Amino acid sequence: MAKNLDVIAKIKESELTGRGGAGFPTGIKWEMVKSQKASKKYIICNSSEGEPAVFKDLYLWDNHVEEVVEGIKIALETIDHSTAYIYLNHVYYEKFKSKLEKLCKDLPVVIFEKKWGYLGGEETAACEVIEGRRPIVRKKPPFPGEKGLWGLPTLINNVETFYHVAKIMKGEYKNTKFFCVSGAVKKEGVWEFPAEISVKDVLEKTGNLPSFEFFVQVGGGATGEILLSSELDQPIRGASSIIVFDKVKTDPYELMQKWAQFFLEENCDKCVPCREGVYRISEMVKERKLDLEFLDDLFFTLDNASFCSMGRSVVIPFRSLINKIL
Amino acid sequence: MENKNKIILNIDGKDIDASEGETVLDVAKGSGIFIPTLCYHSDLKNKASCRMCLVSIEGKKGLFTSCSTKVENGMKILTDSPDILRARRTNLELIFAQHREECKDCVISHDCRLLELAKKFKVGISRLPDRKAGYPVYQFGPSLIFDSGKCIDCGNCTEICRKQGICFLEKRQKDTFYQVKPSLDEKKDCIYCGQCIIHCPVGAFEAVGEFENVEDPLKDKTKKVIFQFAPAIRTSIGEEFGMEPGENMLGQMTAAIRKLGAYKVFDTSVAADVTTIEEARELLERIKNKGTLPMFTSCCPAWVKYLEFYRSDYLPNLTTVRSPHIILGGLIKSYFAEKEGLDVKDIVVVSVMPCVSKKYEITREELLVDGVRPVDYVLTTRELARLFINHKIDLKKIEPEEMDDPLGLATGAGVIYGASGGVMESALRTAYKEITGKELENIEFESVRGMEGTKKAEVEIDGQKVRVAVVNGIANAQKILSELRDNPHLYDYVEVMACPGGCIGGGGQPLPTDREIRKKRAAGLYSIDKEKKVRLAHQSPIVNGLYEEFLSDKENVHKICHTKYFKKKREVEIKD
Repeated sequence: MAKNLDVIAKIKESELTGRGGAGFPTGIKWEMVKSQKASKKYIICNSSEGEPAVFKDLYLWDNHVEEVVEGIKIALETIDHSTAYIYLNHVYYEKFKSKLEKLCKDLPVVIFEKKWGYLGGEETAACEVIEGRRPIVRKKPPFPGEKGLWGLPTLINNVETFYHVAKIMKGEYKNTKFFCVSGAVKKEGVWEFPAEISVKDVLEKTGNLPSFEFFVQVGGGATGEILLSSELDQPIRGASSIIVFDKVKTDPYELMQKWAQFFLEENCDKCVPCREGVYRISEMVKERKLDLEFLDDLFFTLDNASFCSMGRSVVIPFRSLINKIL
Repeated sequence: MENKNKIILNIDGKDIDASEGETVLDVAKGSGIFIPTLCYHSDLKNKASCRMCLVSIEGKKGLFTSCSTKVENGMKILTDSPDILRARRTNLELIFAQHREECKDCVISHDCRLLELAKKFKVGISRLPDRKAGYPVYQFGPSLIFDSGKCIDCGNCTEICRKQGICFLEKRQKDTFYQVKPSLDEKKDCIYCGQCIIHCPVGAFEAVGEFENVEDPLKDKTKKVIFQFAPAIRTSIGEEFGMEPGENMLGQMTAAIRKLGAYKVFDTSVAADVTTIEEARELLERIKNKGTLPMFTSCCPAWVKYLEFYRSDYLPNLTTVRSPHIILGGLIKSYFAEKEGLDVKDIVVVSVMPCVSKKYEITREELLVDGVRPVDYVLTTRELARLFINHKIDLKKIEPEEMDDPLGLATGAGVIYGASGGVMESALRTAYKEITGKELENIEFESVRGMEGTKKAEVEIDGQKVRVAVVNGIANAQKILSELRDNPHLYDYVEVMACPGGCIGGGGQPLPTDREIRKKRAAGLYSIDKEKKVRLAHQSPIVNGLYEEFLSDKENVHKICHTKYFKKKREVEIKD
């Protein structure tokens, strides 16, 4: 017991935040699940990774699988009566299943294939998928920490979060994060940098700062915000990805169409603003005719009245691109 | 609720007492504060999908759906503000833009919440092209039409279909959208209960309309159009004319039907008394001769279809007695025709039912009487109201009239058929007399009344215990069937109605229908029963007369009152 409390205290002390994008303090999350009284608890290692331009889970499975599994093991030891799911998208499941099965053979771990898209990565939607339904976000509260998989307390963390937990327990954690760089760059890839590094520094240090006119999308290849080359002195929020676009060669409507298609395909169609709002945005973008007043109403409604955070996230890329590039 | 902690919250500047666990919408409604809703229905879970009931909470960012937000002590709520209005208007416009308007022909056009809200919020309904133009229209047997172009994806229909234990309606992905569609699974079929109609907020579901077909025979001087109506209609049809649920409109309805040009107006409740007597006799015979027990009621064609399709192993349990309107139709086309000297070919029987599965029932071949259908048309309560409106008849203003002899005078027992438990209660009243030869002192069986999904009772008749169960909702019936799997002798007699609350909550009833409205309609029926001089089926002078003359012939009883059931394959065909 003392050891378990020690783990949570150490995670809290490290100030580690969730690496899935939402940035919730990991120690508090673990404590919440730990403090619940239940005869059974679950741990989910979330490797849904369904957003364009985000591929750091892939990198971690390729290069640091032992540390990630070690992090899951620590969670299993810390959370009483727990078993774990490693929740992988289809591609990762195919690629890493046997490797993970070998590494986890003595652990109460299920390697689970997620047959759904982006939304299946949302915490409560992941619970729905593991329970055998299609990904629809649940009403919160209750949070998964209280009532998650099959209504039981569930700790759900991103692959990278488990990696860092292992590092913390070894005393090797240095508040770093993995960053994905792609697009019009010399060298696409994943790099580990201090968590608060600026966009500009990532591009510079990876030799990817363009010499041509450009803009970037930061925080996911669909839900990320558009930043101009003059706005790069800020840290990266949300999914830690940077895509570089050649300002001259990029057709903003084509880019918006890609996003719209992504949201149309990936949203759950439950609530009106997201289902119908995204459809209307996609129609406007397709016709290259934006009714700005209507769009503003749509953005407002998506932002304030969507059922889940996906609806809210739709606004970010479109609004920033329209304001800054068009 | 009483044990829950009391709290105080503030809505629109007004302090309001509430209990923990209530939603903001509940509390607002209870205090007379208007919040618009579409997908909300008191029978269903809060899905919070239409996003119309938005409110703001002081200190919290964004807007919240009041249907899914639980009250907290000290909460400060606004139900109206420029932001709320903006989001509601945008949502409403988006909903209209997916929904294909067809207001002229719509089941709920006179009471359409979408249109009401559009007016209230000044939303133009046709700025954007309808997303669902060209979406398919499906027909489910002779009973239901689903126009998927009107659907606003709220999920009420799929939820109630699942709640009924049927899961025939489902959301399937096509292109980039999840759409409500009928299942393609050969192991699933619609049972025509019509609860999808009751729970759809935008009229995407409707009964297969026959009210226009009835106009022709009404105009045809050579035809004798005879109307009958089910017990459950009389306390609900007034709602279509702005009356309170539960108000007895029997006399007004009779007068109005006569004004349409009907030759006679009869009461299905009369035949319900025949059903009662036949069913009580069958039950006693099964008990005495160790026949298949429990015996199941068969008045509800959706329940019969459920067993025929899903659970044919239980067909021997179904009583062979026909449902009341089929018996009355049969009597009209034999006994009454002969008495009046009418040619059966000239008689057109129209049943007004709270039900859409009755439209399916009349197509059953095995119900033919001497080669003709006992009933030619089934209209829903809503359709009859539409017919009145088309003929400019206002039920509120018309002078009540008496029904016609001889098939117009019902007993109280026949009237309570319309509420869940009514068939059982009527049969028990008569079974008591059949067994003991004595009349009951207290004829009210409280234990089988009420809106609960499952009611169980043990009734002692002359030292003999009869164990009964009364259920409404197919999912509750499924539970009884699984109890019977473990303990086949648990019950002697089981009444099943597919719709919540029984026929008063039927798929053909006025919209809206919810728990409170069903309660009032049922209460209306029970108070009619209480006021009746004759409350027992076997004391009905009409029915006794029938048994003395026409039904003294066993062959007539067999032909008019009994039927058979068959294992069925899927009937609904879907091209998708």
